[in-house]
Amino acid sequence: MIRLIAMRELRSLLVMPSTWFVFSVLQFIFAWFFLNALETFLDFQPQMTQIANAPGVTLIIAAPLFNIAALLLMMLSPMFTMRLIAEERRNQTFPLLLSSPLSSLSIVLGKFVGLLIFLLILTSTLPLMMYTLAPGTQLDYGLILSNYLGLLLLTASYVSLGLYISSLTIQPVIAAIGAMVVLVGLWLADLGASTPNSPWHQVSPIHHFQNFNNGLLDSRDIVFFFVFSTTFLLLAMRRLDNNRRYG
Amino acid sequence: MNQTHNHNGSRTLSSVPHEITLSATHLTRRFVGQTVIRDISLELKRGEVLGLLGHNGAGKSTTLQMLTGCLQPNSGEIKICGIDLARKPIPAKAHIGYLPETPPLYRELNVNEYLTYAARLRGINSANANEALALVKHRCGLNAVGQKNIGALSKGYQQRVGIAQAIIHQPDIIVLDEPTVGLDPTQIRDVRSLIRELGDTHSVILSTHLLSEVESVCDRVEILHTGELVFSGTTAELDNRDGKPGNLEENFIRLTEQHTPEESA
Repeated sequence: MIRLIAMRELRSLLVMPSTWFVFSVLQFIFAWFFLNALETFLDFQPQMTQIANAPGVTLIIAAPLFNIAALLLMMLSPMFTMRLIAEERRNQTFPLLLSSPLSSLSIVLGKFVGLLIFLLILTSTLPLMMYTLAPGTQLDYGLILSNYLGLLLLTASYVSLGLYISSLTIQPVIAAIGAMVVLVGLWLADLGASTPNSPWHQVSPIHHFQNFNNGLLDSRDIVFFFVFSTTFLLLAMRRLDNNRRYG
Repeated sequence: MNQTHNHNGSRTLSSVPHEITLSATHLTRRFVGQTVIRDISLELKRGEVLGLLGHNGAGKSTTLQMLTGCLQPNSGEIKICGIDLARKPIPAKAHIGYLPETPPLYRELNVNEYLTYAARLRGINSANANEALALVKHRCGLNAVGQKNIGALSKGYQQRVGIAQAIIHQPDIIVLDEPTVGLDPTQIRDVRSLIRELGDTHSVILSTHLLSEVESVCDRVEILHTGELVFSGTTAELDNRDGKPGNLEENFIRLTEQHTPEESA
């Protein structure tokens, strides 16, 4: 059932022109940043040969590229998550799911997984771009992998938050603005917190992405993303149940 | 007209087992301090078409939403084929097909995709989905539009797709909320004969504010007025109420006017 709902979600996304528009624009931006970082690297390459223990090509290109992707997804994922439940309500298609023999868990997880798969495909070009450098140089695959894993976990947290906010309202636009406000708010809280051990760092998903970004796999970060996503998915489920109760 | 009456006659003689498929007892529903549904009890047997009749805003849609598990009643119990809807919603809902007031259509999908999705949601496995799809398309006259996007279909076809998604899994109980609204006369006739046909093997409950609809398709009628049931009986009983036969419409108006809150207060 989860797979069925996920596939429907994916299918609806792929037949919409706006999806492809966003997809292509995002690929263009990714490629732009990739080439930009590559050019910087080539410019500085002669100087770096003189430094002992100079940062490698992967660190100089991949790390900023994935960082930009993380910020872009923060802005973009609300555009996708807004549709998940709010639009079903507005188009009055939700009774189909509500009157079918499904648990709220299947509905919420189906939508979550469907969008996550799409965003996974959307970002899968990033490691591919890095891979194009493989014939010319030695790549740090561990760093690329940790970045991609971090990006995936980060996206999951964005989607679960967006899904919850989408379940609160009937207006997709409000869902999008709401999710974006919360995500940007968490990001700014992380940026603005002055002391290094401020609790604001700990609640911000993007802060937990930084370790992945530097190639550091910390189980605390993984636990954070897991708890963050699960919390909002559970809240969304609860919201659907309450909706039946209170109308 | 004659045709449907003949049909009615033959149905009463047939030996369909009259088991109870749906029973709702003492349903009450409040929305922010306002009681929308007050103590409604309904019963539905297999092979029966029940019409829920009432003015706009009488609580027909709310009642149907509760019967299909989209909305929880504040009090009261609903049993679907003997299964408690509140305690075991998933097995209970497998017996329901529901067409809401606005058909729940994904406009970006084509008819085949959408109906297959609906069938799979209702628990039909992928091996049997194609068969169910072919059957329901034939029944609802959708063979010509299988590949078309739902958003591009006319209102009449969209309504038929809506009915198709409600019956694709051959549910025991079919709940239709104003199934003929917005259709032209030919389509109305087609949909009504389809409902009649469905009523032979399934239980159908439909809401409407059209008396002619009740007269031509329903075996039994329940009249709902400001959240209360004010009449329950066969269409013939409504017709002959107070010894004035042939005055279905006047009887209906009298029933719904008698029970206005101002007068009862």
